Amino acid sequence: MPIQSVNDFVVRFANVNGSGSASANQLFARSIMRMGVPVSPRNIFPSNIQGLPTWYEVRISEAGHMGARGGSDLLVAMNPETWGEDVADIEPGGYIFYDSSRPVPKSAFRDDLTILGMPLTEICLKHYTDPRQRQLFKNIIYVGALAALLDIDLAEIEKLIGEQFRGKDKLIAPNLQALRLGYDYAKANFACPIGVHLKRANAVGDLIFLEGNDAAGLGAVYGGATVCAWYPITPSTSLAESFMAYCKRLRVDKETGKNKFAIVQAEDELSSIGMVIGAAWNGARAFTATSGPGISLMQEFFGLAYFAEIPAVVFDVQRGGPSTGIPTRTQQSDILLAAYASHGDTKHILLLPEDPYECFEFAAQAFDLADRFQTPVFVMLDLDIGSNHRMCKPLKWDDSRQLDRGKVMTAEDLEAGKEFGRYLDVDGDGIPYRTYPGTHPKRGAYFTRGTTKDRYARYTELAAPYIDNMERLLKKFDTAKKYVPGPVLRKASRKTDLGVIYFGSTSASMHEALDMLEKDGVHVDALRVRAFPFSAEVSDFIAAHDRVFVIEQNRDGQLRTLLMVECGIDPAQLTSIPHYGGTPITARFIRKAMSDAVNKATGAGRKETIG
Amino acid sequence: MSFLPKPKFRHPAIETNDLGFTHRDYEGAISTLCAGCGHDSISAAIIKAVYELSLPPHRIAKLSGIGCSSKTPTYFLGASHGFNSVHGRMPSVLTGANLANRDLIYLGVSGDGDSASIGLGQFAHSIRRGVNMVYIVENNGVYGLTKGQFSATSDKGSKNKRGVVNNDAPIDMVSMAIELGATFVGRSFSGDKTQLVPLIKAAIEHRGAAFIDCISPCVAFNNHEGSTKSFDYVRAHNAALNALDFITPRAPISTEYEPGSTEVVRLHDGSSIRLHKIDANHNVHDRAEAMSAIHRHKAAGEIVTGLLYIDEDPQDLHTNLGTIARPLNELNAPELSPSQALLDKMNAALR
Ligand SMILES: Cc1ncc(C[n+]2csc(CCOP(=O)(O)OP(=O)(O)O)c2C)c(N)n1
Ligand code: SF4
Ligand SMILES: [Mg+2]
Repeated sequence: MPIQSVNDFVVRFANVNGSGSASANQLFARSIMRMGVPVSPRNIFPSNIQGLPTWYEVRISEAGHMGARGGSDLLVAMNPETWGEDVADIEPGGYIFYDSSRPVPKSAFRDDLTILGMPLTEICLKHYTDPRQRQLFKNIIYVGALAALLDIDLAEIEKLIGEQFRGKDKLIAPNLQALRLGYDYAKANFACPIGVHLKRANAVGDLIFLEGNDAAGLGAVYGGATVCAWYPITPSTSLAESFMAYCKRLRVDKETGKNKFAIVQAEDELSSIGMVIGAAWNGARAFTATSGPGISLMQEFFGLAYFAEIPAVVFDVQRGGPSTGIPTRTQQSDILLAAYASHGDTKHILLLPEDPYECFEFAAQAFDLADRFQTPVFVMLDLDIGSNHRMCKPLKWDDSRQLDRGKVMTAEDLEAGKEFGRYLDVDGDGIPYRTYPGTHPKRGAYFTRGTTKDRYARYTELAAPYIDNMERLLKKFDTAKKYVPGPVLRKASRKTDLGVIYFGSTSASMHEALDMLEKDGVHVDALRVRAFPFSAEVSDFIAAHDRVFVIEQNRDGQLRTLLMVECGIDPAQLTSIPHYGGTPITARFIRKAMSDAVNKATGAGRKETIG
Repeated sequence: MSFLPKPKFRHPAIETNDLGFTHRDYEGAISTLCAGCGHDSISAAIIKAVYELSLPPHRIAKLSGIGCSSKTPTYFLGASHGFNSVHGRMPSVLTGANLANRDLIYLGVSGDGDSASIGLGQFAHSIRRGVNMVYIVENNGVYGLTKGQFSATSDKGSKNKRGVVNNDAPIDMVSMAIELGATFVGRSFSGDKTQLVPLIKAAIEHRGAAFIDCISPCVAFNNHEGSTKSFDYVRAHNAALNALDFITPRAPISTEYEPGSTEVVRLHDGSSIRLHKIDANHNVHDRAEAMSAIHRHKAAGEIVTGLLYIDEDPQDLHTNLGTIARPLNELNAPELSPSQALLDKMNAALR
């Protein structure tokens, strides 16, 4: 029986990299969003090199589930090389759309599938002479065919094409033609629509659609960053590039044409973070964007910035490790690396955004926190939210918002005779005052070093001032708990002694899983942590539940370890549910893992939670 | 070792520069280096150069890596902000600082281990980016701080204190700097104040990447027979290419100089340096000639010193990046953060 589902299914495009499919696929996803039906697409790109396979998976969910679902209902098979695994991945009773220009033996299909063959190459050969056009329009033609098969409003696609080629109007007509070609062919040759299809809905509202890296780059602009030093690495590169693009648009002085920003592609990550630290030491807001291997290289510098108390904002768009690992797949496996980066006793502020909206918000906030606490701040994105388009709330900015530059003594302060001791805890919150170089001719100069010093920044190797300083750094870290984004609680519909803690990109699938579990009669209170250090609410939440699951996308349960160590939690109280194969975590996975764990642990004994 | 404050005592009639600062105003804490260390002489030369240029000390930022040489910023310009960073990474920290505020003068101090071994990459890339700075390598051909290991500038065949011979080819940082596009390259010797002070002054006035390789004997580990960076060795093998006499319009300084052919080199800010050519054929504007002079003298067992190459019209990193004239660290919310109105437009375009 072919799958029947309206506004709730997954389309998987199997493409060849470099074939120009990316923009056609995005056109497909956007047109669905324009019909008021939420979509969440995911790029799966084993390599960025031309000729290799890539996949684009679009989850369509009127209910608004943005997490990966797993499996596909309709395969758009444009890459013969991955045919076997792609076909195997289709859900029972699913559909396959393919290029039938060359015959495919019946044995290559499955009996349960609805087969939709269209001679795409043939059609292109007939209509176009230029090989590049043949390739590009083939993509648009299949989008047209899909529009017919899935009942997508053609007018929405046409409008999107018009917007996409605004200013390059010559390109509009041929694209519309290709679209029509596909649409008409499908209408004439298939029973349209098929069992999975769309219906206009009203579930998108004012949501916007962008990549987390893009949002973070824009957040850095709003957050007042002026210096960016970076070294290319997947999947963080597009964050620096986004910052660059927004700066060119928003930060060029109209009168002089000069830039109110400086972006340097460094020779490596050591140099990137060195530049960031140098710039921030000198009073500019500076950041770098990297991924795990870059964070590993920067370790020594993080210790310097922590100990010498220099702001630095670091975006870590996490990918699969260790080593080069699975570089084009997603993970949340740099948590401990970042939290305790560098030798000696160090701890760092981490921000854990769940979607592009928070990527923007936390990016801007990271600069305030870095300045306020004079320390590195890590914004922990991952590939799943960083380099995929995701729907999220529209971005917000308070025009009256000032940049919090933290405790900086000005020339006037110094002139007025205010006492300056670089590492003096004047306000009792552990945060000292600093001066920017060049502020005052006679006062406020000090020596910055990674070696031990007293409260007046004078070199010393004595134990007492060293310990005094280390204790103050702890106090400062404690103060940060009040400033970082607090956790978000989602209470179960009834009282329960089960809890779950999760963070970052797990969010979408977690919410869906909680809905499922609730239907299954498993009631779980859920807490999304959004930052490290953890505030008291986090340990209170754990204390209030008999058993707490920690869901995360790494092998070792890194957040769980951090919770145990930093909140002094008994390991028996925290059950790790790790997911680390490199594919984004799904609600199906979470539901099964949690149900299994609950059932195993309880037998018949805990009916109150199983319902 | 603890910080040693220097007793402040000022004679009423003490000499001041144009800004009214005394020599003492440019000093730092008392050095804790070995007595007689070449690095201390370089610190003294820096103090003298900045004093003579009448620069306000707080407008200079001094940055270094790790090593005996990198400790020296504590011992000069006490009224300047200083940054003792990590081993081999001064160039990146300095580059970042410079990006944040193009108005300060950046003085990078490093050692041969710091710059030719662990930091070779950062040295190279900061030079090729044309960071406006004075980059001084206090070159003793040895790791002083870690007690006498060979460094990458140790000459092939030179012996360490225990008699071990170095078999690896040395890195010549001066040739590298020229090759990498430094727009001011000089070499000097810590014991030659008459040459070093004007060279530093000229480097400070230069508005691009200025590199000075300063041979600086380590009395503890590299001042024995068999070392090619000892006082005696350098004195005996020094081939000064030119003596230079530095003149700024603000503070004309007349120095003695040897008669001979004179070339006036204009600097970017309108000041000029005069070169007294010992080798009348050396053209300081010619990279190839500078390279060949280095090699020629090296073949003859000589260390060529003086100003070897200068491009008087350098393009610095800020020029290349097209940054605004105002320091980036002065910009604030209204100029940096766009509005909600703009965000509304962007939101609309993202639907
Ligand atoms: C990452 C790192 N590795 C090693 C060291 C140890 N170390 C400190 S100074 C130094 C060598 C310094 O040599 P140089 O730059 O020539 O300075 P000098 O003491 O000779 O002036 C080394 C290896 C360090 N501080 N950091
Ligand atoms: S060990 Fe050598 S380089 Fe270090 S202070 Fe002593 S003399 Fe100078
Ligand atoms: Mg040395």
